[in-house]
Amino acid sequence: MSATTETNYHAGPDAVSKKKSRYRRVSKGRGNFELWSWVFMRASGVLLLVLVFGHLFVNLMLGEGIHGIDFAFVAGKWSSPFWQTWDMLMLWLAELHGFNGVRTIINDYTEKDRTRWILKGLLVASALVVMVLGTLVIFTFDPCLDPSSTLSVCAR
Amino acid sequence: MAQAANGTLYRGREGMWSWVAHRISGVLLFLFLFAHVLDTALVRVSPDAYNEVMEAYKNPIVGLGEAGLVAAVIFHALNGLRIIAVDFWDKGPKYQRQLFWAVVIGFVVLFAPFAIRHLTIVFTH
Repeated sequence: MSATTETNYHAGPDAVSKKKSRYRRVSKGRGNFELWSWVFMRASGVLLLVLVFGHLFVNLMLGEGIHGIDFAFVAGKWSSPFWQTWDMLMLWLAELHGFNGVRTIINDYTEKDRTRWILKGLLVASALVVMVLGTLVIFTFDPCLDPSSTLSVCAR
Repeated sequence: MAQAANGTLYRGREGMWSWVAHRISGVLLFLFLFAHVLDTALVRVSPDAYNEVMEAYKNPIVGLGEAGLVAAVIFHALNGLRIIAVDFWDKGPKYQRQLFWAVVIGFVVLFAPFAIRHLTIVFTH
């Protein structure tokens, strides 16, 4: 054991790394953003498991399965606040979960700042389009648009 | 790509491949969601516009794509639970490989009945 090693050991493990490593655990002023994004991925993932499996079961397994999907099917579901709320929650959570996942992938693989910012710009734009358009469609939808509708809410 | 001084940091086997599959399935689902919101938005245009596009989807090629999509959802969901177990269960990291094979078994159990039901509809209509 050399004297240097012993000195460093007694000064604690940080003494070595702070001197020799170029890595600095310095905050860039983003607070706990990455921690909360990590928490969000797990929490939204569990909720999405229920929302998406329920969505797939009702739309693809019950009734006529995928063959039964048409305007009347959508009108039947979205004339009920239950499915409107279900689909809105699913839309927001899925888009934000996917946004955060793709953000991580962009951070992992882009090497130039310019490429990173262009891809993130496209990502933000597409996420906004999906969430705004999707929410508007769910809540401004008119289930009685089809004149041959047999839904009870459309009876005049 | 991240590299150590001697070759790659990637270590192969269940841990790495489940991570790769999680990324690929996740990106696929993200791209699908974009298309899915746009085509469903057609209900706001007119019943005919929506029905026309839905009719165009009812063929074996799109039907197989839908099966692949559900496969991606099931894998991503179950492997997501595995990731949560690795993060929050104290024995999770030790059993991550066994958990991967549990994901594979769960995948078969959930996907097989769906594939039979869905592909029967797709190929008999």
